[in-house]
Amino acid sequence: MCASVKYGSRGPALIPRMKTKYRIYYITLFSVVLLGLIATGMFQFWPHSIESSAEWSLDRRSVHDAPLVRIPMSSPIPERGDLSCRMHTCFDVYRCGYNPKNKIKVYIYPLQRFVDEVGVPISSTGLSREYNDLLSAISDSDFYTDDVSRACLFIPSIDVLNQNSLRIRETAQALAMLPRWDKGMNHLLFNMLPGGPPDYNTALDVPRDRALLAGGGFSTWTYRQGYDVSIPVYSPLSVEVDLPERQPGPRRYFILSSQTAIHREYRVELERLKEENGEALLLLDKCSNLSQGLASVRKRCYKGQVYDYPQILQESSFCVVLRGARLGQATLSDVLQAGCVPVIMADSYILPFSEVLDWKRASVVIPEEKLPEMYTILKSIPHRQVEEMQRQARWFWEAYFSSMKAIGMTTLQIINDRIYPYAALTYEEWNNPPVVKWTSVNSPLFLPLIPPRSPGFTAVVLTYDRIESLFRVITEISKVPSLAKLLVVWNNQNKSPPEAIDGLSLDQTHMVERSECINKFASVFATMPLKVVEHRADPVLYKDDFPEKLKSFPNIGSL
Amino acid sequence: MQAKKRYLILFSAGVSLILLFYLQGPASKRTPNRGDDPHPHWPHFSDPLRAFIPWDQTETEDYNVRVSPRHKRDDNSGASKCRMDSCFDFSLCRRNGFKVYVYPQQKGEKISESYQNILSSIEGSRFYTSDPGQACLFVLNLDTLDRDQLSPQYVHNLKTKIQNLNLWNNGRNHLIFNLYSGTWPDYTEDLGFDIGQAMLAKASISTENFRPNFDISIPLFSKDHPRTGGERGYLKYNTIPPFRKYVLVFKGKRYLTGIGSDTRNALYHIHNAEDVVLLTTCKHGKDWQKHKDARCDKDNAEYDRYNYKEMLHNSTFCLVPRGRRLGSFRFLEALQAACVPVMLSNGWELPFSEIIDWHTAAVIGDERLLLQIPSTVRSIHQDRILSLRQQTQFLWEAYFSSVEKIVLTTLEIIQDRVLQHNARSTLMWNRLPGGLFTLPQYSSYLGDFPFFYAVLSVKPQQKFTAVIHAVTPLVSQSQPIFKLLVAVAKSQYCAQIIVLWNCDKPLPAKHRWPATSVPVIVIEGESKVMSSRFLPYDNIRTDAILSLDEDTVLSTTEVDFAFTVWQSFPERIVGYPARSHFWDSNKERWGYTSKWTNDYSMVLTGAAFYHRYYNYLYTQYLPGSLKSMVDQLSNCEDILMNFLVSAVTKMPPIKVTQKKQYKETMMGQTSRASRWADPDHFAQRQTCMNKFASWFGTMPLVHSQMRLDPVLFKDQVSILRKKYRDIERL
Repeated sequence: MCASVKYGSRGPALIPRMKTKYRIYYITLFSVVLLGLIATGMFQFWPHSIESSAEWSLDRRSVHDAPLVRIPMSSPIPERGDLSCRMHTCFDVYRCGYNPKNKIKVYIYPLQRFVDEVGVPISSTGLSREYNDLLSAISDSDFYTDDVSRACLFIPSIDVLNQNSLRIRETAQALAMLPRWDKGMNHLLFNMLPGGPPDYNTALDVPRDRALLAGGGFSTWTYRQGYDVSIPVYSPLSVEVDLPERQPGPRRYFILSSQTAIHREYRVELERLKEENGEALLLLDKCSNLSQGLASVRKRCYKGQVYDYPQILQESSFCVVLRGARLGQATLSDVLQAGCVPVIMADSYILPFSEVLDWKRASVVIPEEKLPEMYTILKSIPHRQVEEMQRQARWFWEAYFSSMKAIGMTTLQIINDRIYPYAALTYEEWNNPPVVKWTSVNSPLFLPLIPPRSPGFTAVVLTYDRIESLFRVITEISKVPSLAKLLVVWNNQNKSPPEAIDGLSLDQTHMVERSECINKFASVFATMPLKVVEHRADPVLYKDDFPEKLKSFPNIGSL
Repeated sequence: MQAKKRYLILFSAGVSLILLFYLQGPASKRTPNRGDDPHPHWPHFSDPLRAFIPWDQTETEDYNVRVSPRHKRDDNSGASKCRMDSCFDFSLCRRNGFKVYVYPQQKGEKISESYQNILSSIEGSRFYTSDPGQACLFVLNLDTLDRDQLSPQYVHNLKTKIQNLNLWNNGRNHLIFNLYSGTWPDYTEDLGFDIGQAMLAKASISTENFRPNFDISIPLFSKDHPRTGGERGYLKYNTIPPFRKYVLVFKGKRYLTGIGSDTRNALYHIHNAEDVVLLTTCKHGKDWQKHKDARCDKDNAEYDRYNYKEMLHNSTFCLVPRGRRLGSFRFLEALQAACVPVMLSNGWELPFSEIIDWHTAAVIGDERLLLQIPSTVRSIHQDRILSLRQQTQFLWEAYFSSVEKIVLTTLEIIQDRVLQHNARSTLMWNRLPGGLFTLPQYSSYLGDFPFFYAVLSVKPQQKFTAVIHAVTPLVSQSQPIFKLLVAVAKSQYCAQIIVLWNCDKPLPAKHRWPATSVPVIVIEGESKVMSSRFLPYDNIRTDAILSLDEDTVLSTTEVDFAFTVWQSFPERIVGYPARSHFWDSNKERWGYTSKWTNDYSMVLTGAAFYHRYYNYLYTQYLPGSLKSMVDQLSNCEDILMNFLVSAVTKMPPIKVTQKKQYKETMMGQTSRASRWADPDHFAQRQTCMNKFASWFGTMPLVHSQMRLDPVLFKDQVSILRKKYRDIERL
């Protein structure tokens, strides 16, 4: 009350007889504006780092904002892909240059909407969700550059993932219109579904000059080894369905076939196998009684019994991946996700990322004509290997199949490894799942060498305080004929040598310290690398009842 | 009045708002930091995008009514290039396995020494068959190695000679070896005859002409390359840090004209005469003076200042630039010398590229980036150099050191393609002991081999199977075999005991065997020969085998201790009785000794642990000639096993704590009728050793001075603190 009285006494001069309601209203307005001003000032003069955080640059845009480009009828068409292309003939390595980080720079063309002369778009889908994911993943990665002049690899924003949705001729013309096309040099196209009916070519039919092709479903006839990259066909179920990893081990079914469009002849053979081996096999097909719709994609049936797909894949040790119209099958991704070992039957198929991945550790590849022998072949695989393959299959999916980002990054890394081969990832880095990476032992000295005595050895004596025993050690060691060098590491910078010559190892604090060291080291290594053994190396005639003079090392054992 | 004030406040608020927007304007413009770029990052589109596969089109239905997939598979056979599916008849291999037939050599047909070596390597291998009806792969009797028309080795009229071969069949299932093709000036890869559907095993093959998984790239080797055995690599010990006197060296011809000149002509740009020494000479051919350029005299003088051998041994990296053809002798020279090859030969399909991961043993450079090579090799970390260097040695000894190894590797690669899903994996080829010693028919699982435990981070099984070789009939219960059975069965690690009944007397009745806690399986040897003790019996399920003679005296403690040692060295033979070999310089041959010496190179299989894989290798890998020698003599099987295991591991066996019993046996203090007592026995073993060494082409045995004893063995501490007490009491 007191305050209002005070206010009231001054009040009339400024805001005479103003109603409290309005006063509050204006004060609020003022303070909001004032706060706004302060905030603006803050952002004006704040260090710039805060501004570039993603939230502020996130501008929601629409694909329809992309500029429209009309392709003239007479616009040039690139040549068909040259099968003899290799990195050293069709790829301009000078654009990548010497790079201390050994990382290629990738440029992505801005999105454009290409239409022909009458205004019909070149693609029925336009930019697909997957291609958009892929491009934004690349754009967020270390590979990305927005500086076209520094780029080593160019990625068009024209989506050619699925050839079915493309108008071949116009797409080719659109590619040739790209400002840096230059006969497709250093351009990378991603395609997962190549070819179309009736022949289903195994590589993208769009003429593309010298462009590199990351293709799903290459055959050995179209794949340019060391130039193209074989990629998987992405399965949308990778994100839609969360299949928790299952421990490797025996499953309810031995072999499972879940594909819906298996050729009649192969289905007959599979059914024959089922008759011979009964419950071990589960042959699923489309559900005929279910209504067509999105939900039916996630169901499979066997004699009226309905199973959830892809969950059912986790119930089997092996899962069949047969060729369909195309060699590359999205099923492969689902099967790997489920930790089921794929049995791949697609002759001449170049497996995804086969340049770096060792598929023998995660799959079984059987020639199509051996389909009737499949059961026997799989039965001959040792259990321990099957478990390893299940683990490996799941790891391949997690690392290389699980998202468009994973697929894109792997593709770029493979190309990067070719350009900087001396900095390439190793077989172990590509193929060992994290569990193995941590626990396996790759000794840096792996070659079995029994060095001659000639170069001798270097003795390293670590010392702290104990001068007398140090001298004793030095005199003893220096008698050894093979000694080449003796290195004394003096660990005490301040203290002069003490009088007491008590054994350090009897000192309790010393042992405690050493235990602490071991624990610390073990935590850094994330494992205990030391192994306990029960044996000790002795000279062959150690402590035998044998004349001393006949022994090579008579002093050992008699000391 | 009231309204006026109100408007005033409204106005000032408005001004402030405008100010706010004005100030914020440039700020927001600056946020992307690169205002002039139209698209710094890929934008986040807010509109719903469509999936690239419409859900109802995952697989087109009309596919099912179309032609049979078989036709689709065969569609490609019309293509000009070959693949295994289209140009190779697998059915030939299915009948009799992977057998290779060599056409009989015809009189008057000139065959170079190298090709002769290739043919005899095939004929000496386990793949060879003399019956073309059994064969799955055919090798010509016509020398196709040198197809340079200017060469004296060139075979004329090859075209007609080949067409006249009755089994030619347009080259189907044929393998053609070639080292040189084309001639001056362009050195094309044309062989001068139609190879049809034959596979090429060719040196200097380019990626353009290489038919993946069909052709095989082989290394260029000289006519002096040894047929078998071969020299070992030059690396004797590792040095850390791994740097040598020179960083990068090369010494070779420079071609003034014609193909392949550019790279070698430009080498002087990066030569610095200190640690990068790249020397070229213009002297080659008769008329080099005619084409001589301004640098020639200077280059030639510099060339003569350095010794090639000295440089090779003292350099970390060795440049391997293309010669007239893509491959050059420098490649194998560098590999053997543990000088990491720096490849500068664009488009060369590297030797055995199908199976060897060359990134682990060589630096693959780009001819276009010659000037960057010095900085590239300098940037390679020393850890990597150390591993590259060791890998060169492994690859050299595993696949390149002799003509036989090159040929066998070629054949094994083709066999892998025939085996398909059973083929070797990348690890088997690129890890010690290499693909030639890792037979994929044994198991497709790496963990079943003794070599990959550490890599896979798995452990060998904690149990063993004892195999007792019985040759004398059971007469009394005091026979050593009974004691042995009981002692071994008591071991906590024993899974089962197999008695191999190689005695002429019939099998004793079941009840005559002592009752044990582990199953005892008696197998009657079919042919009762020595080698049968190393057969890979199906009953053996454990990784470890304890091989025993029937008269071996062994206590349970000794068995337990030896097994724990074996678990640390699963790829080696671990056991008790040890022997040694030596070079008898008077007789110019290998000698065998059982004397008590300070070192040993063999551990006898009368009491030894080893991995069951070696039983398979002994039976499958060794030639019939050696095994039948063992069977005829009924002797030397243990020496042969030691040869085999040392050839694989390049390491000595491991002797565990001394066994006095053996000492006594050997000193003749027992009167038992043992085969050891036979004086011929010893002479035979000497002969065996020399025969084995000649087949291996080298002496694989390695000496060791180390014996593994239990920790605290014979130490002056209370016996109660020792785990393996009984060992000392013996």
